[in-house]
Amino acid sequence: MSTTFYIPCDSTALALGADAVARSIVTESAQRQLDVTIVRNGSRGLFWLEPMIEVVTPRGRIAYGPVAATDIPSLLDAGLLTGGAHALCLGPVEDIPYLKRQQRISLRRVGVTDPLSVEDYLAHGGTLGLHRALGMTEVEIVKEVTDSGLRGRGGAAFPTGIKWNTVLNASALQKYIVCNADEGDSGTFSDRMLMEGDPFQLIEGMAIAALAVGATQGYIYVRSEYPHAIAALNAAVIKATQNGWLGDSLLGTGKRFHLEVRKAAGAYVCGEETALLESLEGRRGIVRAKPPLPAISGLFGQPTVINNVITFASVPDILAQGAAAYQSFGSGRSRGTLPFQLTGNIKQGGLVEVPFGLTLRELLYDFGGGSLSGRPLRAVQVGGPLGAYMPESQFDTVLDYEAFAAVNAVLGHGGIVAFDDTVDMLKQARYAMEFCAIESCGKCTPCRIGSTRGVEVIDRLKADRPGQIELLRDLCDTLQNGSLCAMGSMTPYPVLSALNHFPEDFSRRQT
Amino acid sequence: MENLSTIERILAAKQSLPGALLPILHDIQDALGYIPPDAVPSIARALNLSRAEVHGVITYYHYFRQTPPGRHVVRVCRAEACQSVGCEALATHVQSALACEFHATSADGDLTLEAVYCLGHCAVGPNIQIDETTLHARMTPEKFDRLLAELRSKP
Repeated sequence: MSTTFYIPCDSTALALGADAVARSIVTESAQRQLDVTIVRNGSRGLFWLEPMIEVVTPRGRIAYGPVAATDIPSLLDAGLLTGGAHALCLGPVEDIPYLKRQQRISLRRVGVTDPLSVEDYLAHGGTLGLHRALGMTEVEIVKEVTDSGLRGRGGAAFPTGIKWNTVLNASALQKYIVCNADEGDSGTFSDRMLMEGDPFQLIEGMAIAALAVGATQGYIYVRSEYPHAIAALNAAVIKATQNGWLGDSLLGTGKRFHLEVRKAAGAYVCGEETALLESLEGRRGIVRAKPPLPAISGLFGQPTVINNVITFASVPDILAQGAAAYQSFGSGRSRGTLPFQLTGNIKQGGLVEVPFGLTLRELLYDFGGGSLSGRPLRAVQVGGPLGAYMPESQFDTVLDYEAFAAVNAVLGHGGIVAFDDTVDMLKQARYAMEFCAIESCGKCTPCRIGSTRGVEVIDRLKADRPGQIELLRDLCDTLQNGSLCAMGSMTPYPVLSALNHFPEDFSRRQT
Repeated sequence: MENLSTIERILAAKQSLPGALLPILHDIQDALGYIPPDAVPSIARALNLSRAEVHGVITYYHYFRQTPPGRHVVRVCRAEACQSVGCEALATHVQSALACEFHATSADGDLTLEAVYCLGHCAVGPNIQIDETTLHARMTPEKFDRLLAELRSKP
């Protein structure tokens, strides 16, 4: 009987050598005349243990990691095929505490299944949401999503049901569904993991959105830095069409929804929804003034639902299990789960999907195990390049949108970048301005000019010119209140939080 | 001109897509390694745009290039998560190892060096990407030197 191995094809696992591990298992087991089957799954998101391989045994799937190709002979000697003991053995994968303590909803199939296997998808609850949605009216689907309390997972946390309702009520001959998969924030990869590890779920979520608002065409706008995700999505769209999950007649009901994957071209600001729409239309990714909202006048001037990958991916489960089940997770007005991404200088970096309500400290230490370098954690940037740097004194902040807003921070897309005590916060503040200068679309003056002036002020501050802190605050005020979109208006978050929480990195240059 | 026939073929296949310009530019860069300046008038004509509009789009996006790259393209992530684990020291090393700055090609034409702001492997940085799909995590100056020797030894 053949023994089945799961070896991730997730691109982080590939970056750590998963392909070489797979090749080694094939050649070594051939030499030993062992019958093995290799399935390439997504990643469980325990990245410090990647490449993590799993072997199917009567005791369940037994994990080993981090495995190098050169470990395979000794692993086979130790009885890898039956889950034998070895220094790299992690035991049954579901019992690994990092995984066991999570509540996986949007990423529940990622790492479990073969991402492009229709059989796997169906065996793990795939298309249940779509089936239910096809039996409901548009208003009922929107109500279900509204009742779930789901808010946009891209960062802005706008209630998804309200957005969908606006599109539903807009009358037009053509409506669009657009997925914002331009996950440009450093410290985030949950969209990438989902697209590579369970692309059908995103497709199903978008199909449900199409049914809810009466759209017939959709686009997934994926960043060019994610070639593996693009390949997985393209393959998944073909299979989904073959199976009637997309196309002219969704599951034979005669309802139409076509989907196309579009590759972005490296402009960070295209993660902003209106810039993304401009880019999809074939222009420079320049931010549009709002109103009109994309829900009223979006892609090609038509009513458009534009949501993040994780938002769409949350929808099939909300439909399948009902709004109440999803609503039962969370804290305050932040309902459901958020896939947090623990990154940077952290010992156990990876994906942690949990309900809102844990504290930052629990994530950093209970899951993350503290810094990778072994030095004290000094600053943690949450919510991407436009998110605040949080000092140790704020580590007990509860992870929900409102609690973060209360301390002038943002949860954003759930990316958490840890820095140890070697970090120079003046340098990080300068970088934030510099990044804004490079990536600004140039439409509004505060962002276009202010970011360059910001770099200059910080350089003068570094050179001990007096009065610069006041100037910097004044400039941040202009950026925050005068910019057209989040690029300019949120760049002050990292800058001011660095200045406010780590004044010693600035003031020693001012006194 | 071999390039021009490639461009005409791509235009014929894609020009009727809604919002066709980015897909066309991607296909041209995938096929030729860059977007040659003499492609601009053909693209403009096919999409009923001005040459200035096409030029504006090509130059707006970091990903598109207008000159041929080296034999290999090395992208070094310089975003925050990689900064927290020392990507700036790596970036300095890479520049001296290739004897070229970012957004330039080494004198022997072997390697083009580019900065990238996040490859999405932020738990295992510093990260680099070689050409379009090969990724390397936890990069160090020593590992980079080995990789470079390997790349240069290949025909």
